[in-house]
Amino acid sequence: MTITMTIDQISVFVENKPGRLAEITEILGAADIDLRAMSIADTADFGILRIIVSEPDRALEALKSANCVVSVTQVLAVAIEDAPGSLAKILRILADADVSVEYLYAFITHTEGHAYVILRVEDTGRATEVFAEHGVKTADSHEIYDL
Amino acid sequence: MSYYQAEIERASYETMRELQGERLVKTVKHAYDNIAYYREKMKEKGVEPGDIRSVDDLRKLPLLSKEYLRDAYPYGFLARPLSECVRIQSTSGTTGKRVVAFYTQHDIDLWDECCARAIVAAGGTNEDVVHVSYGYGLFTGGPGLNGGSHKVGSLTLPMSSGNTERQIQFMVDLESTILCCTPSYAAFLAESIQSMGVRDQIKLKAGIFGAEAWSEEMRRDIEKNLGIRAYDIYGLTEISGPGVSFECAEQTGMHVNEDHFIPEIIDPDTGEVLPLGEKGELVFSCITKEAFPLLRYRTRDICVLTREKCSCGRTLVKMFKPMGRSDDMLIIRGVNVFPSQIETVLMNAGYPANYQIIVDRVNYTDTFEVQVEMTPEMFSDEVKELSERENELLTSMRAMLGISPKVTLVNPRSIARSEGKAVRVIDKRKI
Repeated sequence: MTITMTIDQISVFVENKPGRLAEITEILGAADIDLRAMSIADTADFGILRIIVSEPDRALEALKSANCVVSVTQVLAVAIEDAPGSLAKILRILADADVSVEYLYAFITHTEGHAYVILRVEDTGRATEVFAEHGVKTADSHEIYDL
Repeated sequence: MSYYQAEIERASYETMRELQGERLVKTVKHAYDNIAYYREKMKEKGVEPGDIRSVDDLRKLPLLSKEYLRDAYPYGFLARPLSECVRIQSTSGTTGKRVVAFYTQHDIDLWDECCARAIVAAGGTNEDVVHVSYGYGLFTGGPGLNGGSHKVGSLTLPMSSGNTERQIQFMVDLESTILCCTPSYAAFLAESIQSMGVRDQIKLKAGIFGAEAWSEEMRRDIEKNLGIRAYDIYGLTEISGPGVSFECAEQTGMHVNEDHFIPEIIDPDTGEVLPLGEKGELVFSCITKEAFPLLRYRTRDICVLTREKCSCGRTLVKMFKPMGRSDDMLIIRGVNVFPSQIETVLMNAGYPANYQIIVDRVNYTDTFEVQVEMTPEMFSDEVKELSERENELLTSMRAMLGISPKVTLVNPRSIARSEGKAVRVIDKRKI
């Protein structure tokens, strides 16, 4: 598998119907896919499930063959210190560089003192650049999928 | 028992047939001379205006379907110069699929008279205050009953639809006695009157309710809740508007104003005329109209006619409440909706034509949901984008249909299919 600096996030359309979310996670479970991180965006009428998984290609295949509507979005993962103010610090870097954040969600890993923030930004290239300039390390795909 | 035009409404069968015959002969010639459709179709059938000598010859004429009217939009069936026309009305529908009907002053007068007969049959006189809560505008409901009420000499309240509190305020302050609106709006008004606590200040005695199907049970409910007698009225823009037929005190069907509109019942598949009393598709021929004299127009309403003696004294042929449609048209909150219109909106918006319409009736009001299957092309990771697309879809549905459905995005292939063919309409209403 090639290692990339951006992470493939899978977005799944979730019909507003009881049990739909359970069904989707069951599809992933049956395909032996590990969930690394997830978030749900919802409106009154439908939801979008956003997930980072161990094997995005296989997950996509499994979801598609189960008639799910899916799309892949490039997101950034940044490892931050599990301490007050660390998220603010990286958001400040983006704000000063005028890169807007579409959405973000975070998760904590088994490794102590460590958290990951998944960021969907308007301009991924520019965000990667400014992070590098400020010495903020973005996690590569390998690091996240194999967590 | 009062009548608006007793001599016509109580005419003997023979007198009526004779009158119809005379008028039909005249109108066939008029239509043949001025409307290409009738000229061409009659030539195809080898029929000339001279072959039509009485009502018995009616069946020799070609039938007319709505598709031809739509294709002829806007002037194809106009039979008088525009300089002689004073009004248009139009059916709900898409720009391309709309039907525009034209009226001369004579046509408006005869339409108003038909509505006047309905108001008098409901007990209306010049002492009454007629509260018209049908929509005014292109829809024929408001203008029709408004005109009828003028003819009767009643005080007419052109309320139009909506603004329920103001409706009730006027009803109380001006002591409305006859309410004209859709049955579902009547039920809604009754509820609102109850919750405003003004039931004892309402002076209504009768209601004339049409433009949508309603059950006997609903009638009794409305009658009880408003303390009135509720009468049905039938009509369609193509023929004139409300008042093509109307109910009398007997409340067992609607008398057709057959001195203006000759009804026939045909087999919807073969087009063959069925004997009186048999169930089939209702067809009307206008025999007095000048600007838009449609002959043998297929209503698509499935219905039965009867000439059984009516206790009201009218001899006008009666039609029972239509019991269905021979096409896929739905009437939702009084508005005509064709599934094909929804299909057009979806395809224009980039959605697949895979949808399901779910219609139900909750508290006497129609609910209208359109389920649309999500596709990978239409899906986005961004809530904002998806919501925008959904709103655009709603806006175009409203523009196309005149009413707003609830749009629900569902999973691909989740819409039930029977034998490979999707079920487009689920109508749960029990009418």
